[in-house]
Amino acid sequence: MSLLGVDLATVLELGQDHLLLAGVPLLVGLALAIPLGWLATRRGWLYPPLVAGTGLLYTIPSLALFILLPGFLGTRILDPVNVLVAMTVYTLALLTRTVADALLSVPGHVRQAATAMGYGPARRFLAVDLPLAVPVISAGLRVAAVSNVSIVSVAALVGVSQLGSLFTDGFNRNAMGPIVVGVIGCVVLAVLFDLVILLVTRLLTPWKVSAS
Amino acid sequence: MIRLEGVGKRYPDGTVAVDDLSLEAPRGRITVLVGPSGCGKTTTLRMINRMVEPTSGRILVDGEDTAGMDAARLRRSIGYVIQHAGLFPHRTVLGNVMTVPRLHGWSRARARERAREVLELVGLEPAHARRYPSQLSGGQQQRVGVARALAADPDVLLMDEPFSAVDPVVRGGLQQEFLALQERLGTTIVLVTHDIDEAIRLGHRIAVLREGGTLAQFSSPADLLAHPADDFVADFVGADRGYRALSFQRAQVPIHAEQPLREGTGHAPGSGEAWRLVIDADGRPLGWRHTDDPEERLRLGGTLAQQDGTLRSMLDAALSAPSGRGVVVDDRGVLVGTVRADEVLRAIQQAPRPTGDTVRTAEGTE
Ligand SMILES: Nc1ncnc2c1ncn2[C@@H]1O[C@H](COP(=O)(O)OP(=O)(O)O)[C@@H](O)[C@H]1O
Ligand SMILES: [Mg+2]
Repeated sequence: MSLLGVDLATVLELGQDHLLLAGVPLLVGLALAIPLGWLATRRGWLYPPLVAGTGLLYTIPSLALFILLPGFLGTRILDPVNVLVAMTVYTLALLTRTVADALLSVPGHVRQAATAMGYGPARRFLAVDLPLAVPVISAGLRVAAVSNVSIVSVAALVGVSQLGSLFTDGFNRNAMGPIVVGVIGCVVLAVLFDLVILLVTRLLTPWKVSAS
Repeated sequence: MIRLEGVGKRYPDGTVAVDDLSLEAPRGRITVLVGPSGCGKTTTLRMINRMVEPTSGRILVDGEDTAGMDAARLRRSIGYVIQHAGLFPHRTVLGNVMTVPRLHGWSRARARERAREVLELVGLEPAHARRYPSQLSGGQQQRVGVARALAADPDVLLMDEPFSAVDPVVRGGLQQEFLALQERLGTTIVLVTHDIDEAIRLGHRIAVLREGGTLAQFSSPADLLAHPADDFVADFVGADRGYRALSFQRAQVPIHAEQPLREGTGHAPGSGEAWRLVIDADGRPLGWRHTDDPEERLRLGGTLAQQDGTLRSMLDAALSAPSGRGVVVDDRGVLVGTVRADEVLRAIQQAPRPTGDTVRTAEGTE
């Protein structure tokens, strides 16, 4: 079976690669952004350097990062690990601020009540602050997901295959078909990420649904 | 018992919130900290459970210096209620109340059972247990806040303006229930308010703080009204403190027999009075009916005084009844008779002026 002259099995395989290259860094980036964001809210003076510092990473052009990273990591230029690391950096750039702001959005009286009940700092963070930060974090995560899906396609230029490979292929062969299929694939993936994040958020925030 | 010894708090920015404060909150009683906004009430309260660390002096709970205790453990043993209840929005009512028992390491089942108990204790319907705080009214949230604070059966309860965000109509009832609950549980309570009326209604002992966090007066409510230590306290207690002081006086007032109408019995033989009191089958007053009223409407209103009630409640009953006859009931709410305002006033006139107990000021003993 084929779609606009592109073999469907190939599209599915590329889509799967794309999914992993965008999705895994999303999770790793989130896992790193949570402690960083927390640190930024713990001490007032840490907020500007941490949030601005990580935010700046986002301005590094992706192609440059894909090419520079092997030098830092000692990996081969074609290694997908370069892409995974680069995408984690971009996720971290977007999510550190999100997590910090989400934690700051937890109402002061709720935090104080938790302390007054006898929560230690770590336990309070896990039991009260973090669950209440979920809605804001989730909004930031949706932005990061779309951004990742879009940026990953550039990795085709350094030979890491995913849906972006259809663009280079279409360009080389001067064919519209693969480009259109690539765009559709990216959109479908972005929508998929969005739905999954929404669903998980719903499950984590039953109080939000019933409040409305 | 909680004992503050020369406690002070200077915040890092130099603000002295509390200065050399010494007082004792007796076991099983309600001690109220009252004073204008910014006088250091919240700071004082939070120093007791070490959410704020004192910069001088020490605080003893049952004779033990709190500075040497593990802060989180100390807090688990002290209930804490704040203005907007501070409930966890992401937990159900039941989950909120289970918080401290769970922190104490109780099993989920045991914590849940205990939570159900306290929710009943504070008068919240079981149907609300599965709801989230945002689905409750302000008054209900405040009940949950109290239930959460009581869940692990603390000896000490700290309350920061617990009733001030609640609708005034609901507030009176909540305060009444709160007093009954405290009496039943015998919890040692330190309560903060800026409302002198609330302080007088709820406190066994009242500490009046002034700006800068110093103690202006520490005494019983009756004493506070009768003998304000200085102009600041007199001013804060308010102009009608003479009337308020009647809340602490009891005296013999003649109680007149009333010829009430039993509800549903229609026209009874006239007693010659224009206003007739209507009672239910059990003898509880329902309201007043005017004999000329063709629709036989029942006028509610008119406060009820207890048989052994204070002069304030007697006078209020007489003043608020449309007939001018203040309704007196026994402790089951059954009609005893009525009192007249002029006779209550005569009793007030003859009663000895309140002297109260010794006044203790920041300087020492009077
Ligand atoms: N964290 C803080 N840092 C600096 N000043 C504070 C802080 N908390 C309270 N204050 C100041 O301490 C004083 C007493 O505050 P507070 O105890 O909240 O008073 P109250 O509860 O009687 O209104 C006020 O002047 C207030 O501005
Ligand atoms: Mg306050």
